[in-house]
Amino acid sequence: MKDMVEIRWHGRGGQGAKTASLLLADAAFNTGKYVQGFPEYGPERMGAPITAYNRISSERCTVHSNIYYPDYVVVVDETLISAVDVTAGLKADGAIVINSGKSPEEIRPLLKGYEGKVCTIDAGKISEEELGKNFPNTPMLAAIVKVSGIVEPEAFVKDMEASFHHKFASKPHVIDGNMRALKRSMEEVKIG
Amino acid sequence: MGIRERLSGNEAVAVAMRQINPDVMGAFPITPSTEIPQYFSTYVDNGQVDTEFIAVESEHSAMSTCIGAQAAGCRAVSATSSCGLCYMTEMLYVAASDRLPITLAVSCRALSGPININNDHSDAMGVRDTGWLMLFAETNQEVYDNYLQAMRIGEAVELPIMICQDGFITSHAIENIELVEDDKVKAFVGEYNPKHYLLNKDEPMAVGAYATPTYYMEAKRQQAQAMIDAKDVIRKVGAEFGEMTGRTYGLIEKYMMDDAEEAIVIIGSSAGTAKAAINELRAEGKKVGLIKIRSFRPFPSEDIAEALKNVKAFAVMDKDDSFNAHCGPIYAEVCAALFSNGVVGPKGINYIYGLGGRDVRIESIKTVYAELDKIVETGCTGETYRYLEVRE
Repeated sequence: MKDMVEIRWHGRGGQGAKTASLLLADAAFNTGKYVQGFPEYGPERMGAPITAYNRISSERCTVHSNIYYPDYVVVVDETLISAVDVTAGLKADGAIVINSGKSPEEIRPLLKGYEGKVCTIDAGKISEEELGKNFPNTPMLAAIVKVSGIVEPEAFVKDMEASFHHKFASKPHVIDGNMRALKRSMEEVKIG
Repeated sequence: MGIRERLSGNEAVAVAMRQINPDVMGAFPITPSTEIPQYFSTYVDNGQVDTEFIAVESEHSAMSTCIGAQAAGCRAVSATSSCGLCYMTEMLYVAASDRLPITLAVSCRALSGPININNDHSDAMGVRDTGWLMLFAETNQEVYDNYLQAMRIGEAVELPIMICQDGFITSHAIENIELVEDDKVKAFVGEYNPKHYLLNKDEPMAVGAYATPTYYMEAKRQQAQAMIDAKDVIRKVGAEFGEMTGRTYGLIEKYMMDDAEEAIVIIGSSAGTAKAAINELRAEGKKVGLIKIRSFRPFPSEDIAEALKNVKAFAVMDKDDSFNAHCGPIYAEVCAALFSNGVVGPKGINYIYGLGGRDVRIESIKTVYAELDKIVETGCTGETYRYLEVRE
């Protein structure tokens, strides 16, 4: 991993892009990194485009601005591709990870000539099948971890299991589904 | 060695409150009161603290509650931001003049209008003359550390204290933080033993009495003296905190100032972004530095004059505007500090920046230093009252 990795999340209000960015910060924190996880607040309403950010570094980062030249972009809602300039400033040696049932080849023409890696994962389908509901968070988190290599996959899976046990202490029945969603996503993410 | 954690700025303040276990929290429980009372209320509910949590219908009442509790002899705390702080204003003066060392956490945010929820310093700067001590933080770590020092400072000089951080930028951002162990916090903060308090049956007293012109001004003079005395207390408590944690605090922080020819004076989270800009400019051989104001009240007049006396040019960054057709509040105070300390050499300009959450980037700060380059080159400041990165 580079000394500093910067990630931008695009989602819609209510989909949990902010939560996912905080979970990623947690996962990196647990491997000894310095982390920042923060949303960009606007007039919050369900369905409106929202942005969240992560900085993950080996030294404390003192910068408190938004991220304009991310190494990675995660798009939690495919429909945002036409509404938001999701690849703005995205580094060519980085990657974009999109929640979509389409292949990277099908998506790439929609990305305004972006030349870096294009990755897709059908987080909605995985979530429906494993959790019975559309919570794309967990699969998207797993996909960006797999694509970016910010955290070792094995350490990540172990860490998430512990954190699910803590988070869902009162509803243990959802732990297994979340773990299956996580693992499936790491296997099924298509890198193009 | 402390406890490695990652918390948002609001969580960090709530954790500090839990560790301190204050007697009373008076708080308006919904926005714009910040998440702090919400987090803290779970500690109350879980029995992790025995604080009396008094949920009230307004910030005016929140501060009134704190005033009553602190006057009775309790440690009282609250938290707010933006228009909530405005709504408290009347009672902020009462708290200060009654010499009640209440602790108020402020996550600084813009004021309407246009309607905006994001960070700037309009709320805190609007109450800068209420007689409260005011410490500002760059990071989540600093807001936590400042909170742990707040009661020691406020109680020593019998003045209320505001612990300010940047709304959203640190208040809602997760960062690494090193927490101090609970027992160490308790030992450092200590017990509150007020000299005079309402519930002391052996010393009947009145709080908030009427003062005729014969007495009013003496009361104010004593308030002013307490603020003057606070400078040494802040340094002393900051040094003692440093012995415990390795993180020492004063009234200001200087960054790369030893040989600096150009400097900016700044407050809050953008100081960190400015440090990154300085690192890049230093790598190009530019002699640039920064002064971060930690204590805005009391204002560190001598420290700032001393730190700026050898620079050729400086820019003071104000994250709000006084709308006086002249300058922002920090610039006014910095210039007054220089003049009263006999420093007249450096050329200074003022930037109003970052209003309503306008993002402050490394490039934004570099723009400021580029302007300072021009001033050093030409010897001419041009317009001193400027807006940074605004469409006109």
